[in-house]
Amino acid sequence: MDNSGILPRGALQSLLDALTDRGYRTIGPQVRDNAIQYLDLADVGQLPAGWTDDQAPGSYRLSRVESPRCFAWATGPQALKPYLFCSREVLWRAERDATGKLDFSTSQTNGAPVAIIGARACDLAALALQDRHFLGAIRDPYYDARRDTLFIVALHCAFPADTCFCASTGDGPRAKQGFDLALSELDEGFLVEVGTERGAAVAAQLPLQPSRPEQHRQAEQEIEEAAHQQFRQLPSRDLQSALFARLEHPRWDAVAARCLSCGNCTSVCPTCFCHAEQDVPALGGARTEHVREWDSCFSVGHSHLHGFVVRPETRHRYRQWLTHKLGSWHTQYGRSGCVGCGRCITWCPVGIDITEEATAITGDNWEPRGSA
Amino acid sequence: MQRPHIAVHKFSSCDGCQLAFLNAGEDLLELAQLVDIRHFLEAGIADEYAQVDIAFVEGSISTSEELTRIQRVRANSRFVVTLGACATAGGLQALRNLDDSNEAWKHAVYAQPEFIQTLDQAEPVSAHIEVDFELWGCPVNGQQVLAAVQQLLFGVTPLDPRDKVCMECKRQHAVCVMVTEGRPCMGPVTRTGCGALCPRFGRDCYACFGPAENLNTDAMSQRLQGLGLPPSDIARRFLFINSHAPAFHAAGRPFYREGFADD
Ligand code: SF4
Ligand code: SF4
Ligand code: SF4
Ligand code: SF4
Repeated sequence: MDNSGILPRGALQSLLDALTDRGYRTIGPQVRDNAIQYLDLADVGQLPAGWTDDQAPGSYRLSRVESPRCFAWATGPQALKPYLFCSREVLWRAERDATGKLDFSTSQTNGAPVAIIGARACDLAALALQDRHFLGAIRDPYYDARRDTLFIVALHCAFPADTCFCASTGDGPRAKQGFDLALSELDEGFLVEVGTERGAAVAAQLPLQPSRPEQHRQAEQEIEEAAHQQFRQLPSRDLQSALFARLEHPRWDAVAARCLSCGNCTSVCPTCFCHAEQDVPALGGARTEHVREWDSCFSVGHSHLHGFVVRPETRHRYRQWLTHKLGSWHTQYGRSGCVGCGRCITWCPVGIDITEEATAITGDNWEPRGSA
Repeated sequence: MQRPHIAVHKFSSCDGCQLAFLNAGEDLLELAQLVDIRHFLEAGIADEYAQVDIAFVEGSISTSEELTRIQRVRANSRFVVTLGACATAGGLQALRNLDDSNEAWKHAVYAQPEFIQTLDQAEPVSAHIEVDFELWGCPVNGQQVLAAVQQLLFGVTPLDPRDKVCMECKRQHAVCVMVTEGRPCMGPVTRTGCGALCPRFGRDCYACFGPAENLNTDAMSQRLQGLGLPPSDIARRFLFINSHAPAFHAAGRPFYREGFADD
């Protein structure tokens, strides 16, 4: 990667302006409704400067800190996923004319291209996985159209939350892939790293100044510390075979007793891609819209086959979530489906911790009864 | 082809669900082209005895007169659809069933209680007649009502969304008020349908759409206790709007003391 220099703190707006000039809709982090969310960002004054977060299983709290920094916090409830895989969208419409003939049309996906400011390493790793899903053998044209024009300004993470474990999954805290530009935030400004030609063209427009070696050392050190601060981790063994060998482990019942089967974990997970589709007819039945929306392995519809439900109980549903995410993803997409962002831990209303469950289920020498 | 006939009947209720129907605005005008509305007092159409294809029923059954009337509605209608929490799960009135306090309330509220003729229990419509489809909510959501009508007009069983409010809360990009503020949100046990209305406005869901499928009320109660709610408040959370719904009744009853008092 090409190190381009440092963008002084006071000149950060030039980055937004350069992107806006190129026709991008700029999206970046802001405090809204007690959380840091990625929303339309016109002015760097909207960034969460002087805010930090405190995350724990089932708990997320913001607080103020004495710091000029805009990115002194870890991932919030969502980042990239909703901008590419929409939580609800119309895929196609059908209309019946006076003669009864049906006319089909796909919905338009050509909104303004999006530029996201401040994507973290975990989110970029998750994006690469969503790409594998939506742009695999069968390309999803809706995702594709938005993905194709997406401009990403990554941010090397220096402020992990207590729920983060990206170091153990190998996905962070340094952003390694998939960005156009990457920033390291220092008190005095942002070290700028170029990832693509598109990114270089934008960087060329910025009032960059030469950076000093000690600034790079400082940035490196902060990223390293961010990795060392993380105390959660996934077991390092082969989880796919360990999980599938323990489908009758009693821990599934124990976690099901605590789990609300509410689907919050899958909704916030940046790699989860399950969705449901339904037709929404207008009154009178002359028009209908075919709608896709986020679904979850914790919902009844997810495993509903004609006449019966494959996973009626929570222990089946939690087991599906874990065995898929940490197990069969390996077969499906060549790696685990977990990038260690910790969202499913923070945003679970009852604070169920995926690292704790995976460790409990795979960590002992449990054998199915009768197999000894 | 003759347009299907519909009726909207009112029992013990606040009329809010009928209003949700009326508030559907333009859609309601379109509906009026598709069906023949034979009885709908809030809309000024009265023919109580009309034979109809679909009867919507608002309100619980809480007087002996209503008991007779609901039988007649059943006899005069091809499909009976309950409209909202009162008709579907007894509603607020059913709170008096919790400690058989009908007589006590009557005497506390009315100057001449001898003129008030109520049944001991206020019950959902399904306690007395066969119901074909139930629409939850206090009040119902107009879109949900129109969607059910449309599906009945197509001749199919209406969709019955039973997921948790949380699923929709996340689709709407509302921030979880339980996780960020420790509010006692009932979304994880409550049936979807409202569009996650309360969390979208920074409030905790109070379960007006009734129990979701595969709900874990034990884990929910434990979480509410963990948030510091006293037993009376846990009882209120489950019993407030839908106390007659079996899952909520079973969850809230152990925390309930007469008058929602704490021990
Ligand atoms: S499983 Fe949990 S920690 Fe892993 S990527 Fe998904 S939300 Fe993040
Ligand atoms: S693990 Fe937590 S977030 Fe996921 S379904 Fe269970 S209770 Fe909900
Ligand atoms: S705010 Fe309530 S409904 Fe929304 S996710 Fe949290 S618990 Fe569920
Ligand atoms: S969020 Fe809960 S209480 Fe509020 S309208 Fe929806 S179901 Fe009713």
